[in-house]
Amino acid sequence: MDPRLVTAIEVVVGVPAALVAYIWLTERIVTLLPAKARNRVRPWLWLGPALVFLGFFLIYPTIRTILRSFQSRNPRNPEWVGLDNYQWFFTNEGARSALVNNVLWVVLLTVFTVGLGLLIAILVDRVRYESWAKSIIFLPLAISMVAAGVIWKYMYDFRPPGEQQTGTLNAAIGTVGLGPVGWLQSPKLHVTTFALIAIMVWMWTGFAMVIISAAVKGIDPELLEAARLDGAGEWQVFRRVTFPLLGPTLAVVSTTMVITSLKTFDIVYTLTNGNYDTEVIANLMIKEMFTIGDFGRASAVAVVLLLAIIPVMAFNIRQFRAQESVR
Amino acid sequence: MSPWIRRLAPVAVVALVATGCSSTAEDDGTIKGKTVTVIGTWGGDEQEAFLEMVKPWEEQTGAKVKYTGTRDINTVLTTGVASGVLPDLAGLPGPGQMADYAKAGALVPLDDVLDIATYNSETAPALVNLGKTDGKVYGVFIKAAVKGLIWYNPKLHDYGANPPKTWSELLTQAAANQGAAKATWCLGIESGAASGWAATDWIEDIVLRTAGPEVYTQWYQGKIKWSDPAIKNAFQLYLDDVVGKTYGGAQTAVSTNFGNAGDPLFANPPGCQFLHQASFITGFSEFKNHTAGTDYNFFPFPDIDEKYAGAVEGAGDLFGMFNDTPAARSLMRYLVTAQAQDIWVKKGGALSANKNATSYPDDISKRSAQIIGDAKIFVFDASDSMPTAMNDAFWKGMVALTSGSDSIDKVLADLDSAQKDAYAA
Repeated sequence: MDPRLVTAIEVVVGVPAALVAYIWLTERIVTLLPAKARNRVRPWLWLGPALVFLGFFLIYPTIRTILRSFQSRNPRNPEWVGLDNYQWFFTNEGARSALVNNVLWVVLLTVFTVGLGLLIAILVDRVRYESWAKSIIFLPLAISMVAAGVIWKYMYDFRPPGEQQTGTLNAAIGTVGLGPVGWLQSPKLHVTTFALIAIMVWMWTGFAMVIISAAVKGIDPELLEAARLDGAGEWQVFRRVTFPLLGPTLAVVSTTMVITSLKTFDIVYTLTNGNYDTEVIANLMIKEMFTIGDFGRASAVAVVLLLAIIPVMAFNIRQFRAQESVR
Repeated sequence: MSPWIRRLAPVAVVALVATGCSSTAEDDGTIKGKTVTVIGTWGGDEQEAFLEMVKPWEEQTGAKVKYTGTRDINTVLTTGVASGVLPDLAGLPGPGQMADYAKAGALVPLDDVLDIATYNSETAPALVNLGKTDGKVYGVFIKAAVKGLIWYNPKLHDYGANPPKTWSELLTQAAANQGAAKATWCLGIESGAASGWAATDWIEDIVLRTAGPEVYTQWYQGKIKWSDPAIKNAFQLYLDDVVGKTYGGAQTAVSTNFGNAGDPLFANPPGCQFLHQASFITGFSEFKNHTAGTDYNFFPFPDIDEKYAGAVEGAGDLFGMFNDTPAARSLMRYLVTAQAQDIWVKKGGALSANKNATSYPDDISKRSAQIIGDAKIFVFDASDSMPTAMNDAFWKGMVALTSGSDSIDKVLADLDSAQKDAYAA
């Protein structure tokens, strides 16, 4: 048998077995304790494995990364260099344009996915073929980002003027006598950045739509009816009843999209690798780390990204708690 | 100690001694059943050629080669060097990284692995030197390529009898023989995350022939600035004589993949007269569907300044050893032999660093190999010899320059500041 198959079976059977054994064993030990202590100890023992994993795979690497960001590039004997790596980040032209682009990503991706998601969720709520429409719009999310990048590379393909345009977009605008446009090679006015954001909008609108649609279904129809009886038009019902009730959901979806756009990497890496003024922070980090091999700078970029995401995360969790407490 | 552990102990000692012995044994007979892990960038045809090349060694020794091909060799090796998890043998991205890994103590020096006298006598001296760091051999060239060949379509005009000897001759002949061709050059510099490298080859070929090998060496060693007139001159020549005369213009150049760049040569009417690319281009796109000699041919890059006549730029795939095992040593020794190299060159698309490997399948590869042998001045791909950060900035700079989004002065100023940073480490 292929040794990889053996390993796979070992993992699939072994890991649950080990966990069951762990629970069983700790339960045996807990029963030895006095009754009072049992309830205090038990949750910690049950949480134990998860905490150990979190600590080992999340907390420890985070602390290491933060420490590493104050050290020099040498992988063998790093020296302490203070804030040099951060100074590099904030004075480097590439990093500055990455920051600008990330702001574009955050604003545009969030506005378009949430806006379109909301629009579609409201519109399809009233039609018979709702589930079909939703499935089709949700579908792109199931594609891996790299595959989406490759698909859109064909969509945006450029051929010299006069040749047959094989790119879908250039062929389309060619029929009305325009173009061809080098969608993926135009730094002017951030055209290429917009082209990349469009791909992510295509992928993530379905996600926003599904969650918002669920919230729309959760609105008590009596409220809407009451509003209509009071003489409110459809627009007013949406504006004064539906929209405020969707508020918490929209906030959660928006923050998720903000985090997604801050983490953007795959699409940029596969399509432009930061050329044509499309650099983003995550791609910069990967480049410093794996292409250039500067662990210190890569760690500093990672820390900046982490600091940018923390407030959004905190907001997200607070929003989530507020929503839970309403229920 | 429990009884069964006590019983096992002598067995363990015997096993330890046995492995201890085998690690010093030189005889290939003792490596039977062992596996050598190899990581390289070759996939597809190239991977097949490599596996075919190691097959006789496997049959002879009874050992096995476990090859993994990856396009992300940088990532694999960077994390490997930091963590210590490395293959026995691996393709190295370039002399720059080789020196980094050697200094980090990850690479094993090959001076007492190879039969160094034979290796030195069989291999082009320029390539031997490129595999050295601090006087020791750390890398060998598994295959080589000649950069900067000018490919043309003989059906449009046959330059075979009277190829241009100088740059100005090339430009006048091109103008005279334009025929139905829409432009002088075909240019394509898109290459995914490595976009721009095809244009760096252009700059290197021009620097070598306008400023000479000394400036060329100082340049990739970071000892002269990019804004130096000698380098700037090459950038200007590239913009005026190449990008300015390119099929489809700058937009086409930056959006066309290097592998497809030559396709318009074979179109009707042809899009261009010439494609500038290394010897390996014959393995790509339309070249594969056409016949060498009748449908396409090449002449060497012409001289620009007479002073530096006969200068040639080359490149190749470096190979290094990370784990010192008897099987890995045996495979390394085998790979550089003419016998092994012959297997690969026979398949086409590759040249050998070994002078005694001569089984080239066609006239084109034979002539390419001859160029390496006859070169008066032989230099390695400059961008591949630069520190990775510099190389990366160079690629990016060429994309920005070729597309027309940045001016020469802007690009050179950016490269100057990247240079300050890249060579400091």
